Amino acid sequence: MIELNQFLILSALLFSIGVIGIFLNRKNVIIILMSIEIILLAVNINLIAFSYFLNDLTGQIFSLFVLTVAAAEAAIGLAILVIYNRNAGSIEIEKINTLKG
Amino acid sequence: MVISTKNPVHSVLFLILAFLNAAGIFVILHAEFLAMILIIVYVGAVAVLFLFVVMMLDFKTSLEKDNILQYMPIGLLIGLVFIAELVIVLINTRLDLSNIQILSNPLDNFSDQSNTEAIGSILYTNYVLYFQLSGVILLVAMVGSIVLTLRDREGVKRQIVSEQVDRKGKIELVDVKSGDGVDI
Repeated sequence: MIELNQFLILSALLFSIGVIGIFLNRKNVIIILMSIEIILLAVNINLIAFSYFLNDLTGQIFSLFVLTVAAAEAAIGLAILVIYNRNAGSIEIEKINTLKG
Repeated sequence: MVISTKNPVHSVLFLILAFLNAAGIFVILHAEFLAMILIIVYVGAVAVLFLFVVMMLDFKTSLEKDNILQYMPIGLLIGLVFIAELVIVLINTRLDLSNIQILSNPLDNFSDQSNTEAIGSILYTNYVLYFQLSGVILLVAMVGSIVLTLRDREGVKRQIVSEQVDRKGKIELVDVKSGDGVDI
């Protein structure tokens, strides 16, 4: 029988991969969006693992909502990316310095 | 692999692989409905959207890695700290699930009805407000992305329906005497 801890470790590793992806990547925004998707996937694995081991369906319901919000966020992010690419001609992060921060 | 490949298309394909693996894990955890939703929504829609954008934007696969060393230490540091914290916490703590009191919807067992049926019976009763809110969120996302990407091009011939339907000033009433014709 697979224990809960193994799922939690898997989820933690996936989450860390997402965070490393955000920090490590400096070339394009699209990989950062993918990293956010990975992080949300890790959250979903956590929720469903607890839902199974607690015999409680609420985790699955919330996982469904997380999926919904993640899909909406991906759509909006990609739309912003497309118009940014149209306006600025590039989506490299190092060139996004219009604000001169 | 999603974050380490240079080619973004490969990255999206590895993301699809990760989602398929997660769907398998959901099946192991007896959440078949969510596994199928994950495959349909993510592999079917979101990943295709990512692929579409990656291929449409057509950014140069810049192979020079001069800047990667600049950000590698802090990124790896943060990531390793994350991994270390989470794994240490998870290994050292034994979660005792029998003591946790379930606040809402304690199900006796999952086995008397199918997973989809159970989710539906809870989702449409106890969580109907959140369900509708997620519908509103999806609507806002849809409208927002359409508005963001819509643009007016110059020189596109469009149908102007009001002008086409409007007959004012374009028809003329003529008194015609019997026996005469009409000058056009």
